[in-house]
Amino acid sequence: MSHHVSPIRQKWITNTQRYEQITEDVVRPIESRINLTWLFWTSVSALVMLTGFGLMAWTIWKGIGVWGLNKTVGWAFDITNFVFWVGIGHAGTLISAVLLLFRQAWRNSINRASEAMTIFAVLCAGLFPILHMGRLWLGLWFLPMPNTRGSLWVNFNSPLLWDVFAISTYLSVSLVFWYLGMIPDFATIRDRFARQGKKFQEWIYGGLAFGWEGSGRNWSRYEVISLILAGLATPLVLSVHSIVSMDFATSVIPGWHTTIFPPYFVAGAIFSGFGMVQTLMIVTRKVYKLENYITLDHMESIAKIIIATGSLVGLAYTTEFFMAWYSGVLWERYIFINRAFGPYGWSYWIMFSCNVISPQLFWFKKVRTSMLLTFILSIFVNIGMWFERFVIIVTSLHRDYLPSSWAMYTPTYVEVGIFIGTFGLFMTCFLLFSKYLPVINMFEVKTLLHDPEMPKFLEEKQPVTTA
Amino acid sequence: MSNRNFVLGKFWHPDRAMDAIKELFEAGVDIYDVYSPFPLHGLEPYLNIKRTRLTVAAFIYGAFGLALALTMMNLIFGVVWPMNVGGKPNMPIPAEIPISFETTVLFAAHGMIITFFIVGRYWPGKKAILFDDRQTDDIFVVALEESKLSNPAEVKEVLRKHGAYDVTEKEA
Repeated sequence: MSHHVSPIRQKWITNTQRYEQITEDVVRPIESRINLTWLFWTSVSALVMLTGFGLMAWTIWKGIGVWGLNKTVGWAFDITNFVFWVGIGHAGTLISAVLLLFRQAWRNSINRASEAMTIFAVLCAGLFPILHMGRLWLGLWFLPMPNTRGSLWVNFNSPLLWDVFAISTYLSVSLVFWYLGMIPDFATIRDRFARQGKKFQEWIYGGLAFGWEGSGRNWSRYEVISLILAGLATPLVLSVHSIVSMDFATSVIPGWHTTIFPPYFVAGAIFSGFGMVQTLMIVTRKVYKLENYITLDHMESIAKIIIATGSLVGLAYTTEFFMAWYSGVLWERYIFINRAFGPYGWSYWIMFSCNVISPQLFWFKKVRTSMLLTFILSIFVNIGMWFERFVIIVTSLHRDYLPSSWAMYTPTYVEVGIFIGTFGLFMTCFLLFSKYLPVINMFEVKTLLHDPEMPKFLEEKQPVTTA
Repeated sequence: MSNRNFVLGKFWHPDRAMDAIKELFEAGVDIYDVYSPFPLHGLEPYLNIKRTRLTVAAFIYGAFGLALALTMMNLIFGVVWPMNVGGKPNMPIPAEIPISFETTVLFAAHGMIITFFIVGRYWPGKKAILFDDRQTDDIFVVALEESKLSNPAEVKEVLRKHGAYDVTEKEA
């Protein structure tokens, strides 16, 4: 609220002094007609998505033999993509839940879009484990339910099953958290359309708003449940990627079998998620002219989190090497030397330079405030984090205990196409979101306005008077 | 809402609305509700809002989820269909933690939100009852039920004094 705000407190929104101005700026894409640029990019994304779906259908039709997997490297591109997308899906809930608990006001402008990003990323992620089963209709066997297949219950000891629970809980709780946050904004949009006499839009957004009227009693409940949800979502964020990391860590494969994996994966997930948030925010603020809400200060805050998590990831890489040497286990030592200097060494160095070296440039304010450099570095983060998962999965598998079964792995066009297809899916969802839903959490941003000015509709009626 | 008459004070500044609410509360006036585009912090005592019990509900749902997960896992894996997977124990507590935790969060979160919708009487497509169509955008409406006011004229005076740009009556 605007009451008792210290003048030294940082202003997170600029050049805006009216509540209705915030509504106007955020609702503009929803109110305006579809423009050609949007249509072009949405069509391109949809086309890429459909190509991906086609290749998925091909995989299901022919079997996963159309992928480049072999007996040695049984997990490669698809699980890399799965972990990559789940990782990206971590920033949204981190921003909306963890930063809420830490009372970080800058989250208010970016939480909506990053939650959307989370949901779309987890949707993309979910496709891969289902696809890699080959006969995906047997995915039903993952559900613990009574059946006629003899004693075929699920194995509760398996981290793969934990993953099913973790990802589905994460997806559904994030979705609900996201929707709950949008209800007051839907009401704002509904009443705005009602004032303009647009019945159809009023009906649509009114239906979505659940009849929200902004009463003090319901706001009070609303705030409490937001807080509790944040409290529940915070350990959930940490648990999801910990469990994903256990898919690897509970195995006996050198390079996977390490206790550092859960925190290492969580740090990596936050790192990659913020990388994607940064990429998307740079574009969103520019395209929708939201620079007053997603300011340079916001971009700097994101960059600072990237330095912190990038350095944590760097620490984890180094620790892994140290532990491989310190453990005295020959296979472990070999796998790490092979990782950095073996046939897949190039991917290791791409990973290391994109994740550890290039984010260090964010220490310079000039870099943090240059949107071009920030954009490039954020793309590097995305690339680096994809390679991190590729390095972990492929280099650990391709040379294991038996040299006679050593093999190399190259993806086929089907695998690459499916991966690019999920980018299409992600971008299609995000573009639709940015056109039809409020990209910025209006009601939370309105709380950041220090001393509001009189609304325009009143100024015409009466002179400005403040009691 | 059956037909009741409400006195409404409409403010464009949240602080002014809060000042009016405080004065009315101190004068012992019963405030029906306050409508705002965003939560006004510190409003609860003036509206006699008690701390919501949704948190307790969330705990109960979470505890139910936890109990359900533990019962199912131990019953299926330990009693009904014990499976030998590499000679590992059938009721391992550490291995049960992830699923128990996820189920707890799943039940607590969804249960709490469904309860919130039921308690607040929200459902998809519900028609909102609004005193002013700007109350979700940029104005703050203090609503008082007229039949509960001993002196409506005085109340209106207080609302005006604190800068209400409009003081009206509306049946709802």
